[in-house]
Amino acid sequence: MTNEDRQPLVVARNVTRVLPAAVPVTLVHDIDLDIFGGEVMAITGPSGSGKSSLLYLLGLLDRPTEGRIEIDGADTAAMNSDALARLRLERLGFVFQFHFLLPEFSALENVMIPMRRLGRLDEASMTARATDLLGALDLGDLVRKRPDQLSGGQAQRVAIARALANDPAVLLTDEPTGNLDSKNSAAVFDIFEKLAREDGRAVVTVTHDLDLAGRADRRVELVDGTVVSDRHQH
Amino acid sequence: MTPLALRIALIHLRARGRQTLVSLLGVATGVGFSIAMAALMQGSQLDFINKIIDATPHIMIKDEFRNPAEQPAARRYADGAVALDGAKPTEELRGIKGAGRTVTQLEAMPGLVVAPILRGQVVIRYFGKDEAAAIVGIDPERHRRVSQLAGDIRDGRLDDLHTAANGLIMGDGLARKLGAGMGDTVTVSSPAGVVFKMKIVALFHTGVISLDEGEVYALLKKVQVLQDRQNVVNRIYVKTDDVYGAFDQARAIEARFGYRAESWDEANQDILEALKIRNVIMYTVVAAILLVAGMGIFNVVSTITFEKLRDIAILKSMGFREADIRAIFVLQGLIAGTAGSMLGWALGFGLCQIMSSIEFKVRFATDLTQLPLYYSPWHYAIATVFAMTAAGLAAYIPARRAARVDPVDIIRGAA
Ligand SMILES: Nc1ncnc2c1ncn2[C@@H]1O[C@H](COP(=O)(O)OP(=O)(O)OP(=O)(O)O)[C@@H](O)[C@H]1O
Ligand SMILES: [Mg+2]
Repeated sequence: MTNEDRQPLVVARNVTRVLPAAVPVTLVHDIDLDIFGGEVMAITGPSGSGKSSLLYLLGLLDRPTEGRIEIDGADTAAMNSDALARLRLERLGFVFQFHFLLPEFSALENVMIPMRRLGRLDEASMTARATDLLGALDLGDLVRKRPDQLSGGQAQRVAIARALANDPAVLLTDEPTGNLDSKNSAAVFDIFEKLAREDGRAVVTVTHDLDLAGRADRRVELVDGTVVSDRHQH
Repeated sequence: MTPLALRIALIHLRARGRQTLVSLLGVATGVGFSIAMAALMQGSQLDFINKIIDATPHIMIKDEFRNPAEQPAARRYADGAVALDGAKPTEELRGIKGAGRTVTQLEAMPGLVVAPILRGQVVIRYFGKDEAAAIVGIDPERHRRVSQLAGDIRDGRLDDLHTAANGLIMGDGLARKLGAGMGDTVTVSSPAGVVFKMKIVALFHTGVISLDEGEVYALLKKVQVLQDRQNVVNRIYVKTDDVYGAFDQARAIEARFGYRAESWDEANQDILEALKIRNVIMYTVVAAILLVAGMGIFNVVSTITFEKLRDIAILKSMGFREADIRAIFVLQGLIAGTAGSMLGWALGFGLCQIMSSIEFKVRFATDLTQLPLYYSPWHYAIATVFAMTAAGLAAYIPARRAARVDPVDIIRGAA
C-alpha cells in the first residue's frame, strides 16, 4: 500500500508560525507535511531550526499564524481550545525530553490520568490497560513506584506509556532520548518502531541523534524553520 | 473526572500543609467569631426587644394628635396665600374625650387588653422634704394586665391601693430620698391646688432610676380628683397578643379614634435603628475577617499554581481543558473553605458555650446575669456561605491564571 492511497493522520499546509514582537521571530516557515500511520518520522536539524516549534504546531499545542493543520482530515483552525484539547486527549500523545510525570502519583496512576480524563473505561479496565501498557514497556515490576524512584530511562518509558494511554493515532516526541544513554535510547526507538509497524500509529520524533534518525522510515530535515529535505529511507 | 481533580487538589494542599493549615485557621476564626457574635448580637437584641415588649405597653394611646389642628383661617382660604402670625392654640385641659367608651370599644376588639391612665405631676412632701414626681392614676385590675408593676412591687401588693383611703405606691428610690417608708403618710399637692394626705401602701423597684425615683401610683379616681379632672384620662395602655402586628394595630386604632396611637416599635424606633446599624457593623467585621481568610487561601493556591506549572502544562498537553485545570485549584479553595468552616462551627459553638457560662453583675442590679445568647442554625449557614464564597473567589483568581498557562512556554522552559 502506498501513501497516496491512504488518508494522512496529520497534515500541515503552508504552516508558518511567527512570534509577534518588536522584531517578529519566525519559528517555522511554509511547512508542508503529510504524516501517515505506520511510519516513524524523524525530524532533525540544527539547534534552533524550529523542530520543537513544528512539533507543538502538529500537536495542537500552538496555532500557526498562517496555513493550517488538519487532524483526520479536519481543519483545526476554527476549533476552540476545548475542541483542540479533546483532539489531544483522543488522538495525540506527547513525550518530551523531560518526562513530566506527576511526582505524587505512582507510575500506574500517571498512566491512568489521561484515561480518567477521557472517562470511557471503568476503574478495573483502566487499571488493567495501564498495567498492560507498562508491562509491554518492561515496567511490570515498577507500577507502584513514584517517578523519583525510577531511573531516567524507566521514567521516560512510563511517559511513553502515559502518551499511549488513550490509544492515540499519533505519537509526537521531542528528543525523548535526549537524557538517555545509547542503550536506553535504542530501546525507546525499538518501541517506536513497534508502535508504528505493529499498531499502525504515526510516530513523529524530533532527535539530535543521527544514528537513531537513520533508523526512521522517513527523515525530515529543518534549517531555519523550513524543510530542506524530506526523504523516505530503507 | 471530579474525583481526579479532587485527588490532585488534595495532594497539592497536603504538600503545602502548613500554609494550608494557616489559611484554614483563618477561615475557622472568621466563621467561629461570626457565629459567636451573631448569637450574642441577636440574643441581646431579642432580649432587649423582649424587655421592651414586657415592660411597656405595646400600644400607647395619648391625648395628642399626630398633626396640629388646622387653623380656621387656613381652612377657609385653602389655596390662598394666607400667612398666620402669632396664632396660639387655645389653652385647653387636655385628655382623651369619651375615654370610657373608647376603653369599652377597644376591649371588645379580640386580642387586646386595655388600661386607662391619668398621668400628671405632683409635689410630694414628707417632714419638710419636697420631691417632684409623676403620679399615675390606674385601675389596678386592668393595669395588672398591661404592666409589670405588680411584679416590681417589693413591699405590699398592688391591691393594697384599695385598702387605704388614699393609698400610694411609691418607687423605693423616691421613698429613700424623702426618708419615708411603708405605712408613712405623705402630703401630695397637684398643680390644680388640691392637696391629699396619702399613705404609702407599697414600694416598687424596677431597676430604672428615673422610675424608681420619679413615679408614684394611685387609684385612677383619686388622681382624677387630685388633678381636678373628673372622669378624664390622658393615656390608654394596650397590650396585644400579636406583638409584631402592634404597628398596624396602632395605625388602625389611630384611624378609628383620632388620638395618637404609638406602637412599641414606633416609640423605640431610634433604638431599633441603632440595633440595625450594630448588625451592619458586625457583618462588616465578619466580612473583614473573611477577607483576611480569603487572602490566606489566595496565598496557598497561588503558591501551588506556581509550584505546579509543569504539571499544569503536561495536563493541558494531555488534553485537560482550561475548565479542568481551574476546577483543580478552585477545589483547593473550597476544600480549605469547607474544612475551615467546619472547624469554625466547632469554634463558634465553643465560644457560645463559654459565653453562656459567664455570670456577671450589672451595675445597679442585684442579681447575677448571663449574656443573652440566641442559637440559630442560620448563624452557621450564613457564616459558611460567606466563608465558602470568600474561599471560592480567593481561589478562583489564581485558578484562572493557572488555567490560562500556555503549556508551550513551560515545556520549552523545562527542556
Ligand atoms: N518565545 C520565544 N521567543 C523568541 N524566540 C523564540 C521563542 N521560542 C523559540 N524561539 C526561537 O525560535 C527558534 C526555534 O526554536 P525551537 O525550540 O523550535 O528550535 P529547536 O529546533 O527545537 O532547537 P533545539 O534543537 O535546541 O531544541 C529558535 O531560534 C528559538 O531561539
Ligand atoms: Mg527543541
